[in-house]
Amino acid sequence: MLTIMRFASIPGGTDLTALYRATVGDYPKFFKMDTACKLGFLLAEQLADEPRFTSREDRAVLMFSTCGSLCNDRHYEESVKDFPSPSLFVYTLPNIITGEIAIRNKYEGETSAYVLERFEPEQFIALVEQAFQDGVTRSAVCGWVDARADDDFTAFAFLVERDGPGKEFNVQNLYGTVNQ
Amino acid sequence: MRKVVCIGESILSPLGATPAENFAAVCRGESALRRYEGMFGCREPFVASLMDRERWTVPGRTFFDSIVIEAARRAVDAAGIDPASPRTGFVLSTIKGNIEHIDTQDVTLAVSARRLSDTFGNPNPAVVVSNACISGLAALLQGRRMLLGGGFDHVVVVGAEAQSRFIVTGFQSLKALSEAPCKPFDVSRDGLNLGEAAAAVVLGFGEDGWELVDGAVRNDANHISGPSRTGEGSYKALRYVLRQCYPEELAFVNVHGTSTLYNDEMESIALERAGLLDVPVNALKGTFGHTMGAAGILESILSMRSVDAGLILPTRGFSELGVSRPVRVSASMRRTVKQAFVKLLSGFGGVNGALLFRKGGGAC
Repeated sequence: MLTIMRFASIPGGTDLTALYRATVGDYPKFFKMDTACKLGFLLAEQLADEPRFTSREDRAVLMFSTCGSLCNDRHYEESVKDFPSPSLFVYTLPNIITGEIAIRNKYEGETSAYVLERFEPEQFIALVEQAFQDGVTRSAVCGWVDARADDDFTAFAFLVERDGPGKEFNVQNLYGTVNQ
Repeated sequence: MRKVVCIGESILSPLGATPAENFAAVCRGESALRRYEGMFGCREPFVASLMDRERWTVPGRTFFDSIVIEAARRAVDAAGIDPASPRTGFVLSTIKGNIEHIDTQDVTLAVSARRLSDTFGNPNPAVVVSNACISGLAALLQGRRMLLGGGFDHVVVVGAEAQSRFIVTGFQSLKALSEAPCKPFDVSRDGLNLGEAAAAVVLGFGEDGWELVDGAVRNDANHISGPSRTGEGSYKALRYVLRQCYPEELAFVNVHGTSTLYNDEMESIALERAGLLDVPVNALKGTFGHTMGAAGILESILSMRSVDAGLILPTRGFSELGVSRPVRVSASMRRTVKQAFVKLLSGFGGVNGALLFRKGGGAC
């Protein structure tokens, strides 16, 4: 059984730079990231447990959205008209958010990015549960990070663990946690 | 545990419209890689393997959606399954989908997945796996998981990529493209070529045929756009699948082999660490270019075909080993009697994946 160990969310319109300065402050790579990656990074910081920065293969990072990298794709497409920007291009992949979280935290397990039509708790929970089939994964940072624009986003994430002391990771508890 | 097997396949590429046509073209040493000037409005010329858009674009649909749906239709027909059944799932693998229309249309990847499901009257919510260059492999693994997770009898896994100014200029800006046909693992390799293709596999339960035995996705946790110097994620993914087979059982490892300096070197290190230096290695990027969201599926299907024919496909473009570890790159066609192979891929975001395929009845 999967259990909810921690939950984090960032309200739409939050000043992400201010949040970074208030809660992290020592990771300048943050400023290179696109909005989706900044959101994922800040959520993962809030979910991180001790010991930190220790290589581990048993933790997956699974991120979901509807927009994928589209917000940053528009910035890259703008740059193409003058001079294509390699630093924008590397963020035109929906899975870079999982890579940024893995690098920061030394999570060496599975990283996967999914694009779905909308947030449906049943589908979200099923896809997360399926990632635990491999027998190695014991916990996962899993979240919905949908950056429609740089100032318009939905962002929340869970730390779930197999057979942990938290509440069961099911639809009822997911709603209960998100709405708290 | 029930076995997940491949029960229908399709490939659309510049080299053919069926798996058999594509396989025959690879065996003949063909490639559609050629130099394009002014294509997609790109200022710099590039070498790529592109499909005939007039042939494949259905009126009222984009080229990308057309090849996704056609590849799915052909695989569904080959498998003889009911695509409208609520017990049939669809998984779409792509990186950039309809991105060439970003200025004029809704290019959300999930919209393409919805169009795919709707075309077949399928009621299930669509799933897009967009895990950079390992997307196709990750989508096959996702299809397997959906079957084992319960609720599905079949999953149609479709991978496709349409090239565009967006993608070509991006790789040019990273200085990742070769100005000539690419040379996987070769001493003079200097970058990759992009390619277009669509490929699909229908997965289901069974005893015979090609089993998708297992697979793993692992992250380097090192860099978002460069591979690990120690091949960390690829090694861990290989180590995972090797729990379920002996290296001696493998006909070959079909590697990513993009022909960039760093990727091929990284793969050689991962193969050595995984104890696979004695297993033949081949790569298909010199034939099809890097077909991105299609690559994992396209390359897996052709690998299955080659084992069916008792062959190890050649690595087009390779002549002299140019990586630091003595991997056994298959330059020309060879025979094999073995009945299993590993598909290996890596991508931006530090992501790596390995899948183990085994033909029915093989003991381990």
